[in-house]
Amino acid sequence: MATALLYMPKTARRGEVITLKAVFSHPMETGYRRDVAGKPILRDIITTFTCRYEGVEVFRADFHAAIAANPFISFTTVATSSGQVIFTWTDGAGKSWSETAQLSVSA
Amino acid sequence: MTSRHPDRRNVIVSLATGAVLAMTSGIRAETADMEAAIRSFTKGGLIQTGKVKIDISPLVENGNSVSCGVGVDSPMTAANFVRRIALFNEKNPQPDIAVFHLNPRCGEARVDTRIRLATTQHLVAIAEMNDGSLWSDRIEVIVTIAACLEE
Repeated sequence: MATALLYMPKTARRGEVITLKAVFSHPMETGYRRDVAGKPILRDIITTFTCRYEGVEVFRADFHAAIAANPFISFTTVATSSGQVIFTWTDGAGKSWSETAQLSVSA
Repeated sequence: MTSRHPDRRNVIVSLATGAVLAMTSGIRAETADMEAAIRSFTKGGLIQTGKVKIDISPLVENGNSVSCGVGVDSPMTAANFVRRIALFNEKNPQPDIAVFHLNPRCGEARVDTRIRLATTQHLVAIAEMNDGSLWSDRIEVIVTIAACLEE
């Protein structure tokens, strides 16, 4: 159900600023819509996105209902050393999903 | 949602507070909701215009998914960096869009996402620097097909 797509370079030079992009498959239901029977559809949104690189949080975003379905985020980080980049999405109920990418950094 | 239809008194009040805001902060916030959301982000600090740039198409066909970027003129060094960037809208059911938390490891202060826009309206971005100073940009977006209305 929940699927993530990551777009980032596999390799970078030390000190280079790289752009990381991620799309997460999620309806981002606003809570303002009604179903065919007229009943309100409950809000169900991703509220937090974090990116950890070498175990350190390098970027975080707080999302509200005004973020479009299948939330897309693009941000930058400085390549410091080879390691794991972990992307995590958390919804309003506290459920979270993570996706990991490997970055190889040369001198 | 009925509370978002301004009656005459609300319009007068928001015009008055808008005028005060325009004098004190150099930025005009139209609706009381957006003003309140901005205040809760800035904690009442002085907002200056500049350094921040919202990057969005001025004419949008479909408000359900609108590419929106925000960049801040900052060297992003340990001594001088952007701590947070917040995006606000004027006429969606909620004034908040997103808050981005940055640090010197970002290298650049540039974030892109996709947002919903209920109707033609203004967007405001506010950046908070590490020294606590606040900078803003404001832009109008015309929306031809609104989000939030489809059943």
